[in-house]
Amino acid sequence: MEGTLNVVGYGLSAIGPGIGVGLIFAAYINGTARQPEARGILQPIAFLGFALAEALALFGLVLAFVL
Amino acid sequence: MTALALLSTEGEGFDAPGSEDFELPPLFTIAGFEVTKVTLLVVASVILIGAFFYLAARRGSLVPGRLQFAGEGAYSFIRNQLGRDIIGSADFMTFVPFLVTLFFFVLINNIFGIVPLLQFPTMSHIGFPAALAGLSFVVYNTVGIRRHGFVNYFKDTMFPPGVPKPVYVILSPIELMTILFTRPLTLALRLFANMFAGHLLLLVFILGGEYMLQSGGFAAILSPFAFGFGVVLTFFELLVQVLQAYIFTLLSSLYIAGALAEEH
Repeated sequence: MEGTLNVVGYGLSAIGPGIGVGLIFAAYINGTARQPEARGILQPIAFLGFALAEALALFGLVLAFVL
Repeated sequence: MTALALLSTEGEGFDAPGSEDFELPPLFTIAGFEVTKVTLLVVASVILIGAFFYLAARRGSLVPGRLQFAGEGAYSFIRNQLGRDIIGSADFMTFVPFLVTLFFFVLINNIFGIVPLLQFPTMSHIGFPAALAGLSFVVYNTVGIRRHGFVNYFKDTMFPPGVPKPVYVILSPIELMTILFTRPLTLALRLFANMFAGHLLLLVFILGGEYMLQSGGFAAILSPFAFGFGVVLTFFELLVQVLQAYIFTLLSSLYIAGALAEEH
């Protein structure tokens, strides 16, 4: 076995954004289920939130390579 | 690259793909500039987008043909969804050319990542997203300063009303950092990291499948699964690439809207 601890660190840092993305889509599904007409308004907001949360995981990936 | 070596512990001779796979050798040299595949892809994308919109808009008729319909649909999607709905109907038209160009430039360059034979996303080189994010940064700060004046723009951003006085000690530096550093940095890094990670993911599955096929025995029987997964992930990449182009433009539009707004 060889490798660096960076990848383990990246795995740990991906937990938070993973939970965050789950919460965002849970809220989006909830909102759409309660009010189907609101889907069009909720969609860009959901994807924006998804992108912001996902960015944190990707920063972790970049740092795993850089450090 | 040792970071991904963990993935290749089974095969001793397997060279795991890493960041060195992104350093392409120069194809030829023009006046001291080394021209790589990435440079050619950027030039190709500009020609492609220019030709598409030129041909779509050349013979504008009341009943649109197939090409004109495609061009108008692509344009009006950005204009309505990302321009009018976010910036507001008063002054969104000024920014529509910027947003449309930005979206299609990022989109075409991303999609190069999964087009057979080309298969290299331009945006996985940090220089290109950094330049685009820098452009966005200049645009939203310039329109903000023009609209509100230099002092007022920073005052509105750093001191939003309706906040208890002591909170400003923490809030104001954060707000200043946001408009000057965090926004362009995250804009560039998000696009770069998505394309970098996506390309690496495809490399792992395709090169891994190739290695398994060549090593023979039990691994060779399993290698079609690796290739199959590579194909599935290629379609997943298409989704990510379109989404990232959309998000890059959406965020640029949101930042412009924020800079133009009266109350921050």
